[in-house]
Amino acid sequence: MSTNVSTQLGTIGVDDVLGEVGDTKTPKRRSIEARRPSAKKVATRTLLNIAAAIVFFCSIFPVYWMVNMSFTPNKAIISRTPSFLPLNSTLNNYITAWNREAAPGQTDFPHALLATVIVTVGVLVVTLLFAFLASVAVARFHFRGRRGFIIAVLIVQMIPGEAMMFTIYGMIDDWRLMNTLLGLGIVYTSTVIAFTIWTLRGFVAGVPAELEEAAMIDGCTKSQAFWRVTFPLLAPGLVATSIFAFIQCWNEFLMALLLMKGYNLTLMPWLNAFQSTSVSGAVNWGAVMAGSTLIAVPVMIFFLIVQGRMSGGLVAGAVKG
Amino acid sequence: MTATAVDTASTTGRSADLPRTPREKSRARRDARSAWTLLGPSLIILGVMIGYPAVIMVVQSFTDYTVKNKVLGTPANFVWFENYIALFSESDFPAVLMRSLGLMVVLTVLNMLVGTLVAILMTRLSRAWRITVSVGLLLAWAMPALTATVVWGWIFDTQYGVVNWVLNTITGTSDWTNHSWLLNPWSFYLVLTIIVVWQSVPFVAFTTYAALGQVPGEVLEAASLDGATGVKRFYLVVFPYLRSVLTVVLVLQIIWNLRIFTQVYALQSRGGIAAETNVLGTYLFRQGVGEFGATSAIGVVMVILLLALSWGYVRTTLKEEEL
Repeated sequence: MSTNVSTQLGTIGVDDVLGEVGDTKTPKRRSIEARRPSAKKVATRTLLNIAAAIVFFCSIFPVYWMVNMSFTPNKAIISRTPSFLPLNSTLNNYITAWNREAAPGQTDFPHALLATVIVTVGVLVVTLLFAFLASVAVARFHFRGRRGFIIAVLIVQMIPGEAMMFTIYGMIDDWRLMNTLLGLGIVYTSTVIAFTIWTLRGFVAGVPAELEEAAMIDGCTKSQAFWRVTFPLLAPGLVATSIFAFIQCWNEFLMALLLMKGYNLTLMPWLNAFQSTSVSGAVNWGAVMAGSTLIAVPVMIFFLIVQGRMSGGLVAGAVKG
Repeated sequence: MTATAVDTASTTGRSADLPRTPREKSRARRDARSAWTLLGPSLIILGVMIGYPAVIMVVQSFTDYTVKNKVLGTPANFVWFENYIALFSESDFPAVLMRSLGLMVVLTVLNMLVGTLVAILMTRLSRAWRITVSVGLLLAWAMPALTATVVWGWIFDTQYGVVNWVLNTITGTSDWTNHSWLLNPWSFYLVLTIIVVWQSVPFVAFTTYAALGQVPGEVLEAASLDGATGVKRFYLVVFPYLRSVLTVVLVLQIIWNLRIFTQVYALQSRGGIAAETNVLGTYLFRQGVGEFGATSAIGVVMVILLLALSWGYVRTTLKEEEL
């Protein structure tokens, strides 16, 4: 069936809808006969579309399986024959995931969600503010030590936080910030800020300084020129970097596992505690899948909305000199 | 907007030149002051949360500092390289290190290869197919690593996993019933590789695809007019445009794959044997809080390793920075 569809698409699309790269045509070939695809072209198109279908299937299957399982009653989940469609679907798994404590003495989903949202928002605000200021300094001012700072930022990006996990653990413990959202937030901020500075720097550098100079000639002061002219143009950069920071905070597992306990768990250690068998022996797999879905879906929706800006932003940030 | 005004503005703006007049000098001083003020908050957080613990870690790695010293408040002894010597001669560390490096190479090669192929595929697809593929990739990318590992762990579950069922169905036997994928280190790594590649390919693919979009069509057209074939065009025209992006992606892949923790840890707790499947991150984690001196030594080795691997990237970036 998919072959059928793809051939159809192939015949419709061939000339203009195709990829921009590697598919260039010289103007003289664009005659009327050339618009009718040759058999070879149709075959290539079909193969390409089959490859696309395989890529799509492989990437989507686990996501589908997670959602499918989350709606499947537990009896059907632990059956030797998997059910590919949640035919007698149930919401019980979601109710359990939402209400039940992860383990005795561990937090429940709503509290973990709240903790994660608080940490993520806090880290985002602080990181964006600090990194924005720093990126302006690096991109717009020439000063002694600029090169040193850039080297430091680049190196910090390479240093693995997990190598220092116990040293940081000891520090947080000394400061009596163990098992607090503030402590976790400080750790997260330090892990995302270098990348954020570096990416934002690319965006600030991408706005020509001449624009500001023109505004200054028209009577703005230097800071007015910056806020009225450059800042609005940085919005995509701020969005792109905040997405990266958001994802890092939402998904981070190791430090949260190390630093948070009991009722202060964030979502990832909550899920870890929720699915570990050690306590009661029996795992409610439907509820685990429901919990996983609840954690993953917000990020996925977010990704789908902002996708275009993200990879473009990353390339811009990483490559723009 | 007179020409002279523009000229003045751009000379003062371009302070890479040495300032000559006293006025320019004071301006440069003022610029430096504002720059450092802007850097202040970030410097503080980087210094306190990265710089300071890094120094502490190096110092501690030369001591026999343990949690006992911490609780009793007694100072630790300076033992020079004893921690390092013990690490390389009496522990599993060398094996873990080799395993981590091997896994990193395999994962990086697979991610780059599959990712680039998917990116090229995306450029050749019709709009509808491209969007379909993008949505699938985005969903895979967006799934948090722990969630992904939980789901994949279920797909490969010993008793109720869909993989065992499919294999049974295909082979028409019941050989795969109760087959445990995580018990054997090799199939443990197979499952791990599938998970990591599944999650990492979208990043490589999207970034490479975005970079492919920056290749100017006219240049490609000119090349094909000059008679360059598809492969040649890719090699001679497209690749130079991709190189800087691919380098960044490659370095990031190397770092991420060497730092991998979540997927390994979660799979281990689903039935892998930790002692036989540890990588650097999980090995360090499983040492536990307490032996600060010994664990610091592991951390220092990890940092040195990653810095060595990424030094080329830092240098290239700096060179491009000079302009």
